[in-house]
Amino acid sequence: MNNIQQAPAEHLTDLVKLLTETPGPSGAEHRIRAAVIDQISGLADEVRTDALGNLIARKGRKTEGGQRIMISAHIDEIGLMVTHVDENGFARFLMIGGVSPLTCLGGRVLFMNGARGVIGMERLEGNALPTLEKMFIDTGAASAAESAVQVGDVCGFERPFIDLGKRLVAKSMDNRISAVVAIETLRALKESPHEVYFVFSVQEEVGLRGAITAAYGVDPELGLALDVTRTGDTPRSARMDVTLGKGPAIKVRDSSFIADPRVVNWMIREAEAQHIPYQMEVLEAGGTDGRAIQMARAGVPAGCLSLGCRYVHTPSEMIDREDLENAIRLLVGLLSKPVDWL
Amino acid sequence: MTNQENTASDFKPVLEEQELALLRRLTSALAVSGDEQEVREIVREVVSPAADQVETDALGNLLVTKRGKGENLPRVMIAAHMDEVGFMLIRDEGDGIFQFEVVGGIDARQLAGKSVIVGRQHIPGVIGAKAIHLTTPEERKRTLGSEQLRIDLGPGGSSLAKVGDRATFATQLKVAGPSILSKALDDRLGVFNLIQLVLHAPENVDLLAAFTVQEEVGLRGAKVAAYHFDPQIGIALDSTPAHDLPHFDGEENYRYNTHLDGGPAIYLMDGATIADRRLVRWLVESAQAEGIPWQYRQPNKGGTDAGSIHKIRAGVPSVSVSVPQRYLHSAAGLVRMDDCINTLRLVYGALTRLDASILNRQEN
Repeated sequence: MNNIQQAPAEHLTDLVKLLTETPGPSGAEHRIRAAVIDQISGLADEVRTDALGNLIARKGRKTEGGQRIMISAHIDEIGLMVTHVDENGFARFLMIGGVSPLTCLGGRVLFMNGARGVIGMERLEGNALPTLEKMFIDTGAASAAESAVQVGDVCGFERPFIDLGKRLVAKSMDNRISAVVAIETLRALKESPHEVYFVFSVQEEVGLRGAITAAYGVDPELGLALDVTRTGDTPRSARMDVTLGKGPAIKVRDSSFIADPRVVNWMIREAEAQHIPYQMEVLEAGGTDGRAIQMARAGVPAGCLSLGCRYVHTPSEMIDREDLENAIRLLVGLLSKPVDWL
Repeated sequence: MTNQENTASDFKPVLEEQELALLRRLTSALAVSGDEQEVREIVREVVSPAADQVETDALGNLLVTKRGKGENLPRVMIAAHMDEVGFMLIRDEGDGIFQFEVVGGIDARQLAGKSVIVGRQHIPGVIGAKAIHLTTPEERKRTLGSEQLRIDLGPGGSSLAKVGDRATFATQLKVAGPSILSKALDDRLGVFNLIQLVLHAPENVDLLAAFTVQEEVGLRGAKVAAYHFDPQIGIALDSTPAHDLPHFDGEENYRYNTHLDGGPAIYLMDGATIADRRLVRWLVESAQAEGIPWQYRQPNKGGTDAGSIHKIRAGVPSVSVSVPQRYLHSAAGLVRMDDCINTLRLVYGALTRLDASILNRQEN
């Protein structure tokens, strides 16, 4: 699986399916990175992997009115790591990134070594939601000796992609859908005055770690994270003014950073000029690579272009197809023209 | 890159009288985060004859360079933190009675009744509590925290110490059969082992030894030390809890973190770092090749200096190795001498086998 030679996807949907079904929990991004490399080879002028595993693809060189721009889409996803395999073969685990016990029960997992398992739990004491410590992965082994997994083995949730027409559902839409935006933008970008670094970053879900070192390495003059954001459009949802289908979301702030207002206005102006629907995003709890870029070296003007996503951090994350297409159009438009406000 | 003439057999770590004397000096020192002077001076004295360069940076890290033989050798930063958890005096109530706060993570239940030393002069004192004769059964169920407790230096104590002074447990190192009991084994064992590595440095690497400050309050010293050294590989030497006592209900203990006598604990993931898998494999293969016992530390919370090192500049592949220790962050931790020696053997052996091309390996 490491060096899957995959022809560039013919349709957007195929690419979403390919990237969401490729496992890549934080710290184990080697397969999803290989899958992205397959998609972008030939599109970028230079492709490299840095010390932490970030995939960095450069397109173009700075010309008149151009900037060094970092676009960051994290390719890691939440997952689990085995902490102990007991004498009867049950594997205890720790979460990688924000995993809720609610989404674990009955879940199926796929290990990087190919082993599979299901998540079970101890007998409930009272009605309280069980904690992750009370759960275990059953890989079908009858003893520790038989177990195909050991301490340190990493798995992601396993759930097939489904195309609901207007909406697409998969595990790890967070944030493979943004990797799709980046790849398609790289493909569509023909004329640009900018030196654009498309960073497919690692370890975002455990603290924006990859983007911190990637931003130092790229040393951008302008930065944009691509990520998903929560929506407030489901029954009795949390307070959030983003709706699926109303266009990509322009982040004003989240709990990790305040977007540079010039970057916010840059995106608004471009969306309006191209008559692309958009919505403003204020995310009360959550962070993105935008913070890591903003705080790099002596500071970088940074923002984030988001896609509304329902059921974030569950194995069934849902996005809107038109939002996806509009995000690509918006990003291509942004990167095709000079930036005159910096 | 491997130097065939420089094998692990060149240096056989031991913990005998001379080594124990150094470890005793190190653990007896008072070096609560932010005031690591005592340990820094011991390290400087011991490593200076062997080092190529020794400097103290702006935050107090002691940065020691020991170059190998040759050009373009792998630049390996190894960090061990000099600071320990402890206390800071925050209010003088007169008569040698001081209010204090905890520096770093100490369970409040570890406080009452402990003898302490205060300040550079190691003034003896005690964290006192009301005698059992005078307490009610209800009172005895409550934990006394640092807000209810005082450090008592006795009459005249107010002239011997002042607000801002650090204090720590007064425990002195003791050898108990195959074990060592002491305060501050976290991370003087790491400091001790890193000193040994400087004194017996393999010649196939440029060893960048960072004796760091302020680890216990947020991995702060390692951050600037790593920026300074700009290494290609980062290793933190630390100590991690062993919660390996048997469960008395007969159930399997699946949350032990590490086991004493299990050998050096190699990290996979903690709260601050996902260990670089290439380095994990390098350590495991080295342990297997040299016949050194080893264990994985269970993926868990917590953090080591690797949490700072790996995020510096454009990124540094990093890993941690710890000596398993019972009763960490208390007045008396307990370690096995063999685990300590084997940790040094493992890191030394791995360094001698280091081929920088391991960083070109692909995961599968």
